[in-house]
Amino acid sequence: MNTKNTLSAERARKTVMSVVLTLVCVIYMLPVLSVVVNSFKGNTYVKTETFSLPDEDSYVGFDNFEKGMTFGNYPFWKSVAYSAFITIVSTALILLFTSMAAWYIARVNSVVCKLIYYLCVFSMVVPFQMVMFTLSKTADTLHLNTPWTIPIVYLGFGAGLSIFMFVGFVKSIPIEIEEAASIDGCGPIRTYFRIVFPMLKPTMISVGILEIMWIWNDYLLPYLVLDINEFRTIPIHIQYLKGSYGTVDLGATMALILLSIIPVIVFYLICQKYIIKGVAAGAVKG
Amino acid sequence: MKAPMRRWSWLFIGPVVVAFIIGFVWPFIQGIYLSFCKFRLISDAKIIGFDNYSKALQDPTFTHAFWYTALFAIVSLIIINIIAFLIAYLLTQGIKGSNLFRTVFFMPNLIGGIVLGYIWSMIFDGILSKFGTSILENSTWGFWGLIILMCWQQIGYMMIIYIAGLQAVPEDMLEAAKIDGATKGQTLRKVIIPNVMPSITICTFLSLTNGFKLFDQNLALTAGKPIITMAGGTQIKTTEMLALNIYNTFYGQNSSATGVAQAKAVMFFILVAAIGLIQLYYTRRKEVQQ
Repeated sequence: MNTKNTLSAERARKTVMSVVLTLVCVIYMLPVLSVVVNSFKGNTYVKTETFSLPDEDSYVGFDNFEKGMTFGNYPFWKSVAYSAFITIVSTALILLFTSMAAWYIARVNSVVCKLIYYLCVFSMVVPFQMVMFTLSKTADTLHLNTPWTIPIVYLGFGAGLSIFMFVGFVKSIPIEIEEAASIDGCGPIRTYFRIVFPMLKPTMISVGILEIMWIWNDYLLPYLVLDINEFRTIPIHIQYLKGSYGTVDLGATMALILLSIIPVIVFYLICQKYIIKGVAAGAVKG
Repeated sequence: MKAPMRRWSWLFIGPVVVAFIIGFVWPFIQGIYLSFCKFRLISDAKIIGFDNYSKALQDPTFTHAFWYTALFAIVSLIIINIIAFLIAYLLTQGIKGSNLFRTVFFMPNLIGGIVLGYIWSMIFDGILSKFGTSILENSTWGFWGLIILMCWQQIGYMMIIYIAGLQAVPEDMLEAAKIDGATKGQTLRKVIIPNVMPSITICTFLSLTNGFKLFDQNLALTAGKPIITMAGGTQIKTTEMLALNIYNTFYGQNSSATGVAQAKAVMFFILVAAIGLIQLYYTRRKEVQQ
């Protein structure tokens, strides 16, 4: 066998693999496509003709989306707004406060710092079910049970992973830069915001993405903490519709599911590079 | 630098410490304490020793959920990791369109568990309704349905970790193997797999803990159905996993079982934490060797 033959055989093999993988990808996307297709069908057709395209009988245009807006006697835009608010504010709080704390912990490194650090690492292996009952009662007692205050609960329960990641990164930054700033007359606050904070950017992005993905999709914590008659995030709203709302309008539910995954997919396509990097970095979490 | 920093400690660590106590430390300590108590409201808790634990262990729904979860975690672990490794291996061979494939495979990972559950329940019911049945009527369907769902969601995630591992395999080692006349299979077994061992460890433990902690998907897909009634009158939700079992014990009809539920939660915590610590031990040891 000469080299030329092996090379072209190799190329042919790669083309075949490419085609096979394309087919697998199309199959992989079918669940999402079926959501799109079914969100344009009437309720009764979703269950009986799940896999056919909408036809004259089953096609209902944008009716499902219109119906979905007030489905379950709760305006959908409110769920979107609460989800967005809670996700953005919680992530911002977590990024700001845990990075400050991580810098302090890594640099001061006293007994108290070590204690906090190890408690944070420990909290990463504690499943939510362990604390869910007592946490929701504590949140009630302290009036943290509204969308405006629940970010504090997220800051507390989510601190572990981000402290862990930030401390790891701060330890890799040479301390000389900060010492130079200090000799030039910078106090700790200026040193942090002018020198350290900009250097933390890559970890900020990784942690930020992990927190956004977690909080946006989180169901149980807000369900237990918030008063769900008044405040429903998107996952709570969808679970409520399917779980306890008598006979479900499947078409309208699919329309809402589609509306709720569109922002996720857009966000993913825009920040893909960072998301994949962040996920690889956060894989240490058990 | 340390002395001036200490003066500002209230600002730097204060907010996190306060939130961490509210959101984790206090609920955790209280949770341990309440697992030894009988209570309806936290204020009238009375210590009763290990009663809750023995009740929890005698609860057939709990033991059923445990074995069901363990089986689920192991089966999903094997399937997810084999497929994810295979795809990662293919995507690092320089096939055209690899980046696009990677994007597609990872995408389901961003969709939340509740939404995922309902997407798949529509699909499974669309198929099963043709045969006049439903995923809620057969626990075998429920089991494999949840496995398929988990594969769909997790393969992309594990694939990313495997790709990172595969890209770190030293190029000269692969070349040396090629020059020595190693076949593709031999290179895979003798060079690639030993080199990606750290990724394999991470992914194995990740999928194991993910399997054990699964809640949202379980709730949305089957919520434990179908239910069978035992000879003694106890009802067992056949597809109920540990996390859902704990949730149902807390917030179910029997409001005097909160202590038992908390005891279950503590045992669940010990189980998950043990897996996490074993993982930490293994990854640390591997790091030292490198």
